[in-house]
Amino acid sequence: MIALPEKLYSFYRDGFRSMVLGRTLWKIIVIKLFVIFAVLKFFLFPNYLNKNFNTEHERAGHVLENLTKSP
Amino acid sequence: MPTVQTKEGILEDQIMNTVNWARAQFALTAMYHWIFVPLTLGLAFLVAFFESIYVKTGNEEWKKLTKFWMTLFGINFAIGVATGIILEFQFGTNWSNYSWIVGDIFGAPLAIEGIFAFFLEATFFAVMFFGWHKVSKGFHLFSTWMVAIGSNLSAVWILVANGWMQYPVGMAFNPDKARFEMQNFWEVALSPVAVHKFTHTTSSAFLLASLFVVGISSLFLLQKRHQKMAKRSMVVAAVFGFIASTFVALTGDEAAFNVARHQPMKLAAMEGLYVGAEKAPIVAMGIVNSAKKPGDDQPAFIQEVKIPGLLSLLANRDANSFVPGIDDLVFGNSGRNIIGAEQRMVTGKIAVAALARYKEAKAKGDMAAATAALAVFDQHKGDLGYGYLKSPVQSVPPVSTTFYSFHIMVVLGTMFPLIFMLVLYFIFKGTIESQRWLNLACFASIFLGYVAQQSGWVVAEVGRQPWAIQGMLPVGVASTNIAASNVQTTFFIFLTLFTALLVAEISIMVKQIKIGPEA
Repeated sequence: MIALPEKLYSFYRDGFRSMVLGRTLWKIIVIKLFVIFAVLKFFLFPNYLNKNFNTEHERAGHVLENLTKSP
Repeated sequence: MPTVQTKEGILEDQIMNTVNWARAQFALTAMYHWIFVPLTLGLAFLVAFFESIYVKTGNEEWKKLTKFWMTLFGINFAIGVATGIILEFQFGTNWSNYSWIVGDIFGAPLAIEGIFAFFLEATFFAVMFFGWHKVSKGFHLFSTWMVAIGSNLSAVWILVANGWMQYPVGMAFNPDKARFEMQNFWEVALSPVAVHKFTHTTSSAFLLASLFVVGISSLFLLQKRHQKMAKRSMVVAAVFGFIASTFVALTGDEAAFNVARHQPMKLAAMEGLYVGAEKAPIVAMGIVNSAKKPGDDQPAFIQEVKIPGLLSLLANRDANSFVPGIDDLVFGNSGRNIIGAEQRMVTGKIAVAALARYKEAKAKGDMAAATAALAVFDQHKGDLGYGYLKSPVQSVPPVSTTFYSFHIMVVLGTMFPLIFMLVLYFIFKGTIESQRWLNLACFASIFLGYVAQQSGWVVAEVGRQPWAIQGMLPVGVASTNIAASNVQTTFFIFLTLFTALLVAEISIMVKQIKIGPEA
């Protein structure tokens, strides 16, 4: 009797191997995820508060400063 | 006479430039994301219906049909997946004040939603596509239904978050942490605005997916290909679409009722109503006078066709009732006990000043002064957002955009159920193949369905302006003080990326539709 993890592994393995259109779609997904996480997130979309302030207290202070500037 | 631009004025222009580019970028990303999401939400259910018929009848043609639509579902899903994550990046970079201020309320639920969606997709989604010959018919069908239900459930929290931005309830502002904190989970999750945001959005997604299936099937009929499959698909989709249309109308009516209660300015902009009135009319058709400003004597419309009393009926369930107009909400109307933005600005500025005093007193360790400032803040915090406005007219959203988007959505939403009814009539009459005009209209309705979807979101989001959080936080304060050029650059990067992905989707989808269910 095949163990459950082995069954699951072969299920996914056979599924991925038998893909036709799915191969193209997976390529698009992988490229897209790379662009989103490795390029956009890393180089163009830093978290402003995490990058510029070290503690939660400092971040709260900065936001409070913005909220209390004279309009 | 030339105007002199002060340093403050130049700085303000720069800030607004950044805010407007950040808004444009967010709108671009959200609208692009919303090309894929509604089709995923609705098509998942249609595929589940098709497969249920296959399992019930054992007819292999229904299986072939199911697999065809499932393939189109997979293409749409694959191209659309993760496009929503870009919105979260933008929160952290362009809208850092906003993301900090609401972080306590939505951080955890959105994370849970992401994990839930991942496990759902990794298990049932895989069974749906890989499991045709590996699992029993019953378990495969169960997996398809789980994908349909799970996809729709995974949209709950993002829509609750949006509902909260329209109607912030169940929270309290913590002046030490500068953020809203959850006070009552159920008040947030089950607020009437959140509930109708979810029901209206998901039912409109079912409607769009039905239009998609009917439209592609019509194309097959026009091409005289796969006619049996096309008619079978059309029957199921037209019935589902018609039922969904009814729900869209009912939930839309409830949504408008809630807008009247909680966002009266948005409702006034949706109908271009400047002067409040009893028996307020709906403008069935109209050309907005773009030169019209709040408080002036110009007409609101260049041309208009009105239905008297209908707006009062929709807003208050009473055709004779009073509906406030933009002028009432900007300048106030003491006769109707309406406090205008002008007066709210006074209260809001007291709240902002009290918050500033509280911050300074805390920094100096003067607890007595801090307590006194906090008491003043608590008394006036209900109008906090108005304290950031420079003019009461700033509380008015762009009227033309809101009006036209709303009317386009309503006109199309009224047309779609008629199309579904005609499709069902001619299918049961047995002459749908020969109704070339109807098949062309059905095919065109795919595009019109997307127009209606996007218009609905434009009404919701543009109609909420100038607020990021209704009445509490204007977009100008919600944004990060970064250079506009940074946001401009990423805007055009997104435009290029999204265009490439959309071209990829459409070309893969067209190729698959050309192949048809024989693939």
